[in-house]
Amino acid sequence: MSPAPAPEVLRAPLVVEFPFTRSLGPVQSAFLTGLRERSVLGVRCHDGRVLVPPVEYDPVTAEEIRELVEVAATGTVTTWAWNPSPRPHQPLDTPFAWALVTLDGADTAILHALDAPGPEAVRTGMRVRIRWAATRTGAITDIACFEPYDGAPGGEPRPFQGEFADPVSGIVVPARLDYTYSPGRAQSRFLAALADHRTIGERCPSCQKVYVPPRGACPTCGVATAGQTEVGPRGTVTTYCVVNIKAQNLDIEVPYVYAHIALDGADLALHGRIGGIPYDQVRMGLRVAPVWTEGGRYPDHYRPTGEPDADYDSYKELL
Amino acid sequence: MREVAIVAFAQSAHRRDTAEVSEVEMLMPVLHEVLGQVGLTAGEIDFTCSGSSDYLAGRAFSFTMALDGVGAWPPITESHVEMDGAWALYEAWVKILTGEARTALVYAYGKSSPGALRDVLTRQLDPYYVAPLWPDSVSLAALQAQALIDAGVTSEPELAAVAARGRTAVSSRSGADADDYVVRPLRRRDCPPISDGAAAVVLASRDTARGLCERPAWIRGMDHRIEAHSLGVRDLADSPSTRLAAQRAGAFDAPVDTAELHAPFSCQEVVLRRALRLDDAVNVNPSGGALAANPVMATGLIRLGEAAARIHRGQSDRALAHATSGPCLQQNLVAVLEGS
Repeated sequence: MSPAPAPEVLRAPLVVEFPFTRSLGPVQSAFLTGLRERSVLGVRCHDGRVLVPPVEYDPVTAEEIRELVEVAATGTVTTWAWNPSPRPHQPLDTPFAWALVTLDGADTAILHALDAPGPEAVRTGMRVRIRWAATRTGAITDIACFEPYDGAPGGEPRPFQGEFADPVSGIVVPARLDYTYSPGRAQSRFLAALADHRTIGERCPSCQKVYVPPRGACPTCGVATAGQTEVGPRGTVTTYCVVNIKAQNLDIEVPYVYAHIALDGADLALHGRIGGIPYDQVRMGLRVAPVWTEGGRYPDHYRPTGEPDADYDSYKELL
Repeated sequence: MREVAIVAFAQSAHRRDTAEVSEVEMLMPVLHEVLGQVGLTAGEIDFTCSGSSDYLAGRAFSFTMALDGVGAWPPITESHVEMDGAWALYEAWVKILTGEARTALVYAYGKSSPGALRDVLTRQLDPYYVAPLWPDSVSLAALQAQALIDAGVTSEPELAAVAARGRTAVSSRSGADADDYVVRPLRRRDCPPISDGAAAVVLASRDTARGLCERPAWIRGMDHRIEAHSLGVRDLADSPSTRLAAQRAGAFDAPVDTAELHAPFSCQEVVLRRALRLDDAVNVNPSGGALAANPVMATGLIRLGEAAARIHRGQSDRALAHATSGPCLQQNLVAVLEGS
C-alpha cells in the first residue's frame, strides 16, 4: 500500500439527453392545437377571469375549468427583461426581451420572447402582437415570438365552441444538457492506473476492506478510503448472468456472460464480460484474468486462466 | 408539541469549481464536522435526510453515492428530497415531532460547476408552456426585478445597495464587471455566484438537545407554502406564500433580531423583506446570504444553519430563517428559531 498522491483532474464531456413524451389534458390540447391554427384560446375560471395560457384546474380554487374562449393575438407587456446574450434553445438567437404579455381579452400573462431592436425600444405597457412560426406543430414554439404592434386592440374574448380537426394529444419535448464530468480523487487515481493496465483499490482505514473500483468513501464506515493498493490482475467469478438481448450500440454477439468478478485482494466484486469460453460453461468460482485491447484504457473482457476453480468458501463473503 | 432544536451546523468552503473531488468527497468532511460537534456517529442518529438534485452535476442517483459518506451500514433510517436541504430539514423536524426519532442528521450538497446552471434550472419549469422556451434562471429573476421597479417598490440603486450588503462577507463578486447587465435590469452584482458546496445540521428533541449543545436553537415554528406555478398568474412584486408561511410559523408573534433570507437575486431580498415585515432593526443576512455563496440545493439549509449558529454563539435570541425553491421565489419555507 502506498500513500495516495493527488491525482491529475480528469475531465470528459458528458451529454445528457432526455426527450419526454407528454400527453395533454383537454384544455392544454385545445390551446396547443389552437396555436397550430393561429388561434389563441384561454380558459374562463368560475369567477370570470380568463387564463392565458390556459390550465385544466383553477390555480386558486383547484376547480376543474373547461370553458374555452378565444382571445386576441395582440396584447400588452406587463414586465420584461433584456437578454443581450441568447442561450441555446431560446426562441431567438439575436438579443431579445423576455416578456410577460397579457393578451387582449385575457386576465393573466404568457411568457415568451419579444423581438425588439434594443432595450430602449421596450417598456412595460407597450403593445405587441404574436409573430407566428412558419411551421407549426401544436406547441408553445408555434409562437415564434412577440413583436411591437401599433394597431387596434383586440376585443372581448369570444366563446369558443368549435373543435379542431386532428387535435394534438401530446408533445415531445427534447432536452439536452452538456456537462464537463470529473470523477473525483479516488476514481481519477483508479482510472489513471487502469490506463496503465493496473487495477488500484482503496482500503478503508476503519474496517480494512479494499474497494474496487474505489469511490472515495467506505459506505459501511462513512470515512475516506485512505490508501491505494494494487489488486488482481486475476480474480474469481462470484456470480454471473447470461445476456440474451443485444444492447443498442454494443457490438457483442449474444448470448454472452456478464459476471461479478472478485479480483484477488479486493473485498468488493466489480463487473465485467466473460469471453474466451462458451457462455454455458461459465460457472461460479471460475478463475479469470483481464484481456486488454490495443490502446484500451480499461479491460475489454475477462477470460479463463485455466487455474482450478476457487473454493466457494474463499469468495462466499463477496457474493 | 414536542420541542426540537438545531444543535449543530457545518458547511464546506463554497467554491466556483471543485473538479478535483466527487460529490461524496466534497460532502464527507462536512458530515464528519457536524457529527463531531455533537460527538455522535451516524449509527447513533435516529433519522437521516438529505436534499440534492442529479441535474446539477448530471450524475444519476448521485444521492446514493453521497450516502457512502454517511456510513449507512448496518442499515439506517434514511430519506431524500429532490429539493433544497431546508425541505429535508422540514421532513426530519416532522419525524422528530411525531416521536419517530430523537435525533436527525440533515445534509445537502450541490455541484453546479459541471453544467450550465442557468440552463439546467430551466428543466424544473412547466414542461408544456415554459420549459420548451428555455428561459434561464437569471432572465426569470430579471422579469421579477422589472416588475418591482415598475411597481415603484425598488430601484436599480436600491438593488445595488442590497448587493453590496450581501457582498460584505466575500469580495469575489465585486470585480470590474459587477456593473454589467447580465439580463437587464439585473447586473452581475445582483446575481448569485455559481458555487459548489455542502452543508449539514443535526436536530434533536428536547431532552436530547440539552446534552448536545450548550445553547440549542429551538425551532418554534416552521411552515412552507407555494405560489401558483404560472408566472403570468402571480404578482411577481409580492410573495404571499412567504407571508403565509411566516404567519403559520409564528414569525409575526414577536420581533426577530436576525433574519437569514434565501434570496439568490438582490431583487428577491426586497420582496422578502416586505413580505416578512423586516425593518432596519433586524440584522438581515449577516452571513452574506445567497449573494455571497450559492451552492444550489444547500443554500436554503445554510440559512437555517447560519441562523441557528448565531443563536448557538449567543449572537441572536430570536431569528427567522427562510429558504426558497423554484423560479422567482416559487416556494418558500420559513422557520423561527429561539435561544431559550
